[in-house]
Amino acid sequence: MLSQAFATLLSHWRRHPLQLAMLLLGLALATGLWSAVQAINGEARASYARAAAVVGQDRLQALAKPDGTRFDQQVYVDLRRAGWLVSPVIEGELRFGTERLRLIGIEPLTLPPDAAPVNVGGGEIGLQRFITPPGLLIVSPDTAQRLEGEKTPPLAVSDALPAGTALADIGIAQRLLGEEGQVSRILLWPEQLPTARPLTEIAPGLVLRAPTVDTDLSRLTDSFHLNLTAFGFLAFAVGLFIVHAAIGLAFEQRRPVFRTMRALGLPLRHLVVLLVAELLGFAVLAGLMGVVLGYGVAWALLPDVAATLKGLYGAEVPGSLTIRPSVWGLGLAIAVVGSLVSASTRLWRIATMPLLAPARPRAWSLASERAVKAQAIGGLLLLAIAGGFTIWGHGLAAGFAALGAMLLGSALLLPFLLSHLLKAGSKASRGVVAQWFWADTRQQLPGLSLALMALLLALAANAGVGTMVQSFRLTFVGWLDQRLASELYVTTRTPEESARVRLWLQQRSDAVLPIWNTEIQLFGQPVQLYGVADHATYRDHWPLLESLPGVWDSVAQAQGVLANEQLARRVPLALGDTVTLENGRQFPVVGVYSDYGNPKGQLMLQADLLRELYPDGNHLRYAVRIAPEKAGALAQSLRSAFGLPLENVINQSAVKAFSLRIFDRTFTVTAALNVLTLGVAALAMLASLLTISSMRLPQLAPAWAMGLTLRKLAGLEILRSLALAAFTMLAAVPAGLALAWLLLAVVNVEAFGWRLPMHVFPLDWLRLLLLALVSAGVAAALPALRLMRLAPAELLKVFAHER
Amino acid sequence: MSARLLLLLLLALASPAFAQGFAGLGSDAEGYAMPERGVALSFPRDHGAHPAYRIEWWYLTANLQGDDGKSYGAQWTLFRSALAPEEKPGWESPQLWMGHAALTTAERHYAAERLGRGGIGQASVALSPFAARIDDWAMTSRAAEGADELSALDVSATGTGFSYRLALDAEGPLVPQGEGGYSVKSAQGQASYYYSQPFYRVSGTITVEGRAVRVTGQAWFDHEWSSQPLGADQTGWDWFSFHFATGEKLMGFRLRDKGDGFTSATWITADGKAEPQAPGALRVEPIEWAEVAGRRVPVRWRVRLPDKGLDVTTRALNDQSWMTTQVSYWEGPVVIDGSHPGRGYVEMTGYGDAP
Repeated sequence: MLSQAFATLLSHWRRHPLQLAMLLLGLALATGLWSAVQAINGEARASYARAAAVVGQDRLQALAKPDGTRFDQQVYVDLRRAGWLVSPVIEGELRFGTERLRLIGIEPLTLPPDAAPVNVGGGEIGLQRFITPPGLLIVSPDTAQRLEGEKTPPLAVSDALPAGTALADIGIAQRLLGEEGQVSRILLWPEQLPTARPLTEIAPGLVLRAPTVDTDLSRLTDSFHLNLTAFGFLAFAVGLFIVHAAIGLAFEQRRPVFRTMRALGLPLRHLVVLLVAELLGFAVLAGLMGVVLGYGVAWALLPDVAATLKGLYGAEVPGSLTIRPSVWGLGLAIAVVGSLVSASTRLWRIATMPLLAPARPRAWSLASERAVKAQAIGGLLLLAIAGGFTIWGHGLAAGFAALGAMLLGSALLLPFLLSHLLKAGSKASRGVVAQWFWADTRQQLPGLSLALMALLLALAANAGVGTMVQSFRLTFVGWLDQRLASELYVTTRTPEESARVRLWLQQRSDAVLPIWNTEIQLFGQPVQLYGVADHATYRDHWPLLESLPGVWDSVAQAQGVLANEQLARRVPLALGDTVTLENGRQFPVVGVYSDYGNPKGQLMLQADLLRELYPDGNHLRYAVRIAPEKAGALAQSLRSAFGLPLENVINQSAVKAFSLRIFDRTFTVTAALNVLTLGVAALAMLASLLTISSMRLPQLAPAWAMGLTLRKLAGLEILRSLALAAFTMLAAVPAGLALAWLLLAVVNVEAFGWRLPMHVFPLDWLRLLLLALVSAGVAAALPALRLMRLAPAELLKVFAHER
Repeated sequence: MSARLLLLLLLALASPAFAQGFAGLGSDAEGYAMPERGVALSFPRDHGAHPAYRIEWWYLTANLQGDDGKSYGAQWTLFRSALAPEEKPGWESPQLWMGHAALTTAERHYAAERLGRGGIGQASVALSPFAARIDDWAMTSRAAEGADELSALDVSATGTGFSYRLALDAEGPLVPQGEGGYSVKSAQGQASYYYSQPFYRVSGTITVEGRAVRVTGQAWFDHEWSSQPLGADQTGWDWFSFHFATGEKLMGFRLRDKGDGFTSATWITADGKAEPQAPGALRVEPIEWAEVAGRRVPVRWRVRLPDKGLDVTTRALNDQSWMTTQVSYWEGPVVIDGSHPGRGYVEMTGYGDAP
């Protein structure tokens, strides 16, 4: 009995394959986009964790200098000789061609057990090859591929290493970094023997650092991943609209079947169980498809995500994807939960359906004006909440809460707005057909409202994110022009070379501006210090956001410093606040400048002052002013005069091009997700229209009988979709602008520490409107086509059955 | 005494290419210096390190008696293993060092291990004065001017649950093993340079789980270096160092192979004269086995040297004297009963290495 009942239920899908396809596709798309985002985030997080754990920083205490600079390895020997179980580590950056590597040198004999991700003594590596010059660089397969053809020491490959990181013996690493006898930190074994002399006595200049899991990287990139996650949820929500529509249709159409089965003696409980089982089957099937799809999408997007993370934060994420069981499981679970949620109202109706309820397919219930009003009030409430979060909220989460409430509120308001727009259309129209058109459209609104809300969300997201990206780009380009005012940027290799190059350049250019820098710990965070000269280049071009009068004179006289926007916001620092540098010297902040793309805080001060306070800093870089047309020739002769490598003398235009390239790649992923969301929304509309069209015959038949041809009717159907899409677009523009504003003024400030001016691009909206119309037109085309091909007998049946 | 070779080589050459013989001890020794018959040892030079040879160790075992009436055993060893037959400064040094220290009580065997690279000052053996060190472990000379550098030593080590600080004074001369220090390890002629100082009187303090005990006793020092000491088919060894009540000493070992094995022994008279015994003269047989660290290991031996009328059995102070170091082996103090009662140390390797 049960199996027969089940077969009967399933036969519906055999007769309506398109419906089945829609249901599965909707669920698969929703799950797919969500899983794609999860897979991407998972990959990135795993790689941060690997990066954090390369030499056990997440588990072991370490001794280091307070400012993180390197120190003599004799401290290590002294500690060992005093009985401390410790192991030295050197860390630094290494370049091979265009590839930057984070090089970590370890001492394999004393390394605490399991501290390194690779057993260098065993297996294919072998201690001897590892420590004997030329040594070995152990890198991830990805990195090995990128280093192909570069003049590196021999490479060994291990999956355990994060991308962009190389593990080597400490002696080999010291030589590669040109830091013989220096170490970056000293790892402590977890268990120590009771020893006579305390650490502070043997290593007075060092401080003990607790193991840390929370790396700078994961903190910095959190906002980016939150962004992606938000997109994933948006896509999922939009996908569920499709599922809701498809399930709704199937339940409505099978009402007679349910009634007959009940009448034949199938208990209600069994019917509900069968329906749930059917749903679960579909959910699992679609979930599996979705996860596979998700991996496809993630696989396609990951290289761009990796490039973004590298460009924005210097975070290395491999471009290849690992299959994570957690993502599979979660994907399936969310598919099941999603479909159950979508079907819950329908199941409830079945469960409470009287046994002998009329068996005819019920048209979509006409939502009363009251229901629409209630939705509108809810929408307004959400908008108010969004406003509240914007004004009083703090942190990224509040920003995203405001964003979510705003979008949802706009969506809930949509039916109310559309209803009134259609009413207005109805009043303004003349002629029977036009009035029927408006009235019929209003009558359909309840059935379409969910799909239209999905469209609104997709359009608003597109408009908002598009505006944000374009605003950012415009600002960024302008900022690059200001910031990169010098024609050439030169990096020398040694202090001696630095002095000689400076002299050489002074005789051949308009100005040589030192760009000296060092990094210190200030306000509990790493802060870059930049030394600059007093020159018109800065006075005329530097992108100051706010400043005290005579700002450049204060800097030139070493009586003030400039802070970048990120630092000023984070600390926070206002103009006139003082910062305390080496030797307790205090300086007021006399200006704040924008510094897009830099995750770290930064201070600018007079170059000689920097050299005086931090003599160990990097004094190797210069900016060169010269007539632009002479820059190329000067770069050429500078390179040949000092044998400087190509990348050490950089043309301003090359830097700009590179920066813009990174910028553009940053938002490739956003754009791709945008298009996908819009696609899903179009599909939701198609599903809803299909649902409605099959139930609308009773409404269309009279119009046909009174003389409207099927072709005309079909045309009107398409027109109706286009009108609704256009109206939705109208509503989407303010929502999109609000979204863009929230992204620029709230989320960006919280996530990156900078605020961007908003620019509006109406032409983009026009493009979006066209896209919306195309989506709506395509979605309406299939039902319209069906209508055109409808046999007149079908329409006559409506009257024959006396409906 | 070749047990110690194995440890080093396993440490240095933990590589699958060395499956041959016992951890590759039978492999070629290209580039490394080889012991030669008839080359006289020269001191103090030969107390120091020989970086041109692949492997080397300074090995001390002490049978101790505490003022609490209990017996103890202490071991202090520094191994050197070369990745290349040379010395270079800094991290480029191809010399690797490994220290083993142990303290044995009747109840428990404490073992500790230290590893370090040459060239940076963490581990080394220096001369004038003699000082062998790794980390805070040290074996340093306090010999009088003009005396042999090893005639008086201070030895210290610390590990989890134990530490010791011992003063050693030699009451006899250095004793060359084999033919004037050339010690043959197989019928095929593998050999090492090997000499001992078996005449130490010991006094000092040991600490067990925080409890200090004053101790006195006897100690035996070995220094051995080579590049290819084992035959390809030799699988492990049993090594014995005995202090007899008469003042006489015996060093003997058996290298096990598929057949009867290869035994060698040196009888040392009470005044320090070495009497090398012919290969095969020493006979050893296990008479009791025990399960130690998951494998079967002999814990009582019958040791005979008919030419000297020697027929004794050994009894371990602690059957579980297992060195839980990266390369593990049995090393512990024993009591000797039979024709020549006394005390001594036994070392055993190659008994079914657990994975």
